[in-house]
Amino acid sequence: MKPAPFEYHAPTTVEQALSLLAEHGYDAKILAGGQSLIPMMNFRLAQPAVLVDMNNIPDLAFIKAGDDGLRIGAMTRHYQVETSDLAAEHAPLIHATMPKIAYPQVRSRGTFGGSISHADPAAELPTLTFALDAKFRLVSLRGERWIPAREFFFGLFTTALEPDEILAEASIPPLPPHSGWSLQEVARRPHDFALVGAAAVLTLDANGRCEDARLVFLSVGDRPMFAERASDLLKGQEVTPEAIRAAAELASTEEIDPSSDIHASVDFRRHLANVLCRRAIEQALERAKENKE
Amino acid sequence: MEKKLIGKRIPRNEDPRLLTGQAQFVDDVNLPGMLHAAFLRSEYAHARLVSLDVSKARQHPGVVAVYTAEDMGKDWFPGPPLVSPPPTVEDVVFHSRRQVPLVKDKIRHAGEAVAVVIAENRYIAEDAAELIEVEYESLPVIMNIEKALEADSPLVHDDLDSNLAAQLSQKKGDYEAALKEADVVIRRRIVIERGAAAAMENRGVIAQWDAKGEALTVWDTTQAPIPIRNGLAARLGLSESQVRVIAPYIGGGFGPKIMMFYPEEMLIPWLAMKLNRPIKWIEDRRENFYATTQERGQVHDVEIALTRDGKVLGLKDNFLHDTGAYDPYGLTIPINTQCHVMGGYDIKNFTSEFKVVFTNKIIVTPVRGAGRPQGIFIIERMMDFAAKELGIDPVEIRKRNLIQPNAFPYEHGIIDQAFAPLILDSGNYPAVLQKTLDAIGYEKFIKEEQPRLRKEGKYVGIGVVPFIETTGIGPYEGARVTVEASGKVNVATGIGTQGQGHFTSFAQIVAEQIGVKVTDVRIVTGDTSEFHWGTGTFASRGAVVAGSAIHAASSMVRKKIFTLASKILETPEEELELEDGAVRVADMPQRFISLGELALLANPLRGAVEPGTEPGLESTAYYGPRYGPTAFGAHAMILELDPDTMMVKVRRYVVTEDCGTVLNPLILEGQVHGGVSMGLGNSYYEQLHYDENGQLLNASFADYLLVGATEMPNIEVHHVETLSPLNELGVKGAGEAGAIPVPAVFAQAVENALSDREFEINEMPLSPNRLFELVKS
Repeated sequence: MKPAPFEYHAPTTVEQALSLLAEHGYDAKILAGGQSLIPMMNFRLAQPAVLVDMNNIPDLAFIKAGDDGLRIGAMTRHYQVETSDLAAEHAPLIHATMPKIAYPQVRSRGTFGGSISHADPAAELPTLTFALDAKFRLVSLRGERWIPAREFFFGLFTTALEPDEILAEASIPPLPPHSGWSLQEVARRPHDFALVGAAAVLTLDANGRCEDARLVFLSVGDRPMFAERASDLLKGQEVTPEAIRAAAELASTEEIDPSSDIHASVDFRRHLANVLCRRAIEQALERAKENKE
Repeated sequence: MEKKLIGKRIPRNEDPRLLTGQAQFVDDVNLPGMLHAAFLRSEYAHARLVSLDVSKARQHPGVVAVYTAEDMGKDWFPGPPLVSPPPTVEDVVFHSRRQVPLVKDKIRHAGEAVAVVIAENRYIAEDAAELIEVEYESLPVIMNIEKALEADSPLVHDDLDSNLAAQLSQKKGDYEAALKEADVVIRRRIVIERGAAAAMENRGVIAQWDAKGEALTVWDTTQAPIPIRNGLAARLGLSESQVRVIAPYIGGGFGPKIMMFYPEEMLIPWLAMKLNRPIKWIEDRRENFYATTQERGQVHDVEIALTRDGKVLGLKDNFLHDTGAYDPYGLTIPINTQCHVMGGYDIKNFTSEFKVVFTNKIIVTPVRGAGRPQGIFIIERMMDFAAKELGIDPVEIRKRNLIQPNAFPYEHGIIDQAFAPLILDSGNYPAVLQKTLDAIGYEKFIKEEQPRLRKEGKYVGIGVVPFIETTGIGPYEGARVTVEASGKVNVATGIGTQGQGHFTSFAQIVAEQIGVKVTDVRIVTGDTSEFHWGTGTFASRGAVVAGSAIHAASSMVRKKIFTLASKILETPEEELELEDGAVRVADMPQRFISLGELALLANPLRGAVEPGTEPGLESTAYYGPRYGPTAFGAHAMILELDPDTMMVKVRRYVVTEDCGTVLNPLILEGQVHGGVSMGLGNSYYEQLHYDENGQLLNASFADYLLVGATEMPNIEVHHVETLSPLNELGVKGAGEAGAIPVPAVFAQAVENALSDREFEINEMPLSPNRLFELVKS
């Protein structure tokens, strides 16, 4: 379990990193926290010719709050988000989820941007940034562009990132008043990748009806799975137990695309998605009712 | 003699070194000029090796040598049989097929080594291994042990008529007669799947050939250094005295580290001599999944005959046992299963036949439990099914069948894994069960807590299972105990140590006899230059067999101390006391001689050793039991289950262990904790998933789910001490106990939690997915 030979670069500025990516294109791979890439290299499942190590670029690690919400730099470690008061205040769903991401050892190295760029459909951050309507800043020598999370994830480990681009930061907008959120997961062991996860973000109007709803799943497709029709089903009406059941039923039968593996069959994943979707909506609803501001 | 040290909760002598990273493991050995090995392993599970081209690998910069089976010439031959074939029991079948250093003609499991690369470092060695060009002709893969015995099945070993590796029947009483008398007969098919041992430290071998000294030194993560030395000497044409095998600190054994010989164990020393350079091979985790032995795969057809009031009249258990590609470990595991399938119950009529089956899976040898968990799972499931069918409380039906305290020694009339008679030496089984029931609060849980929690919507269940563990088998172990001039004691024994706490428990045995501090006893294990007679650490035998040898040697040294002190202090022996590192005259504490001074006087520079005496305060002793003692215990668990997700959380876990004299409760409880974690793995987390092509689908810790701190319940351990009459210490083994009953307890507790659903558990291990399927159907 030793990696194949590779060329290693450790740039100290974003510009140097971008030049290396521009030069090597598809041959280069970005090393952030290395919690997925290094094991894949040791198994020789990934054999990048060139490794561009981002760990010496201090500019990319930050957590900032502003009117437009929370901004998290790509090289911010998971534990930094986990222990950030700003994150707790401005992105409580993400903050509350951090302890569920792998183990403390992984969180001490793993990065926010790394997890999103890696686009593992079983990971939490792609699904949560999708559910929270976050957007990502992508930079290259050609310039920069902002892209919504909804348009970022193309498929298994595949994103909108061009080979010469780096994900520099994520911007997470604030939730309106009367909003609630929840992520429900079932994992074999508390820190494993979840067999299924269901995120719900709800916003109620002044009458307590559902104004906005976003139901997004993880581990049941090749990317974060947005149950758009189920989300729409909730909108404009009171979130009754019947409405919750109907939404969960629709989402779990028609709007996800789970596959079987050694841990769970398609049937079991659909069943779990149904159960977890209900629980997520229920918890999000409770929170939305409490959240009067 | 009242015990001062044995039975005390003494912190372990070895912990400071282990906890501060000062203990030497195999991979810590780094020698000047050392080379590194990497193996090319077959991706196919069953294939003919058509051609092998290593020329590119040999030319790769940094590569020193590449070897294939052909390159080994006459030095290529299979490993020795590890456990001798069984004695001539009637109608026994046994086809010994042994693993080879490198595959010559046919690959029989994925991961079998095809070539070895020796290079300046492991990175280069792995790069070069990728340059080897292999042509395989894939063959139909034999995975299922039932299909493997069908007439048209392809063969793992072409020279045999079928995939039957072995077959053995054992009988007691008259089962057919019992069947006729029975009110109820229950039949089931029960399937148990494979798991890994997953020791924290993978295997490793380092070999150094000293050409001038004509001596070979091998550092090996083996549980049996002496047999490895003897086997290596024979294999390499050396005298045993030319080979030193050191098994230093080892990060867990659990059975697979006593498979002899692994291909790497045969090859690395041979290569070190051939190339005259030290060579290191450290197994990585992926190799550990593909090249280290595994256990548990069995299919049972079981039948139990009972009276209406739940008394078992007879048991019939015919089963298939998966041995994988080879069968170097003989019949140990299936015989163990046979010896445990009657549990701790008084069953007069018994018949059991097993067939051992070759498959294209990784070799099976014992993993902690070694066939015992399967036996206990079978009988305990059948007890549960019988209780349900007869409307008897599951604990009550067990009480009605347990062997009673006055029935010992209880002779079963069948043979055990060492081909010795299966005799349960001693025990108080009802007392152990009762203690467990009281500790978990069985009555209160069933009558009050469970109904109350069910009303709150919580699904909780309880399981209680008694079990036996045969332990401490022969042939023998030995030890040499020496009081040195420093007053400290040095002890050498032949068995290896892999975390069992030998440096402390053995020291307690010695200190008890010789009157020194436990910290003043230095234990040397697993170095053939220090002690070269013995077998190894397995079958829960360290404390029983090596412990008894150490006790015997210590007693002899104690006698020597008294004899010499009596002479020097001019006082009769019976008036002397041995305490705090000195011999004192009982009524005159100021009149004493320290052990150090005594040791010097026992080994004088002048003056001859008198006829009939030996120099020094030293003795060597051996202990070999006719048959091993059998421990008993009971486990109880309360778990909570979410029926919507099938996620299970163990809320309480109670263990009562009766392994005779407890040497050190701290160490015993650690053994129990470790065993329970393995048992929980075997119940709900750990399963090796092979696909139909013989590929392991979860050969990493990302997908092979080891039980960690977040899954472990707090475990309450209680003790009952029924001494074994078979050895002076009264000890029975405990190394495997913790793992044995857990799947049976777990199954019972899950069924109990979901008692409002119609389903039955006839398999292990489970998972949320599997529970979902079982409950749904």
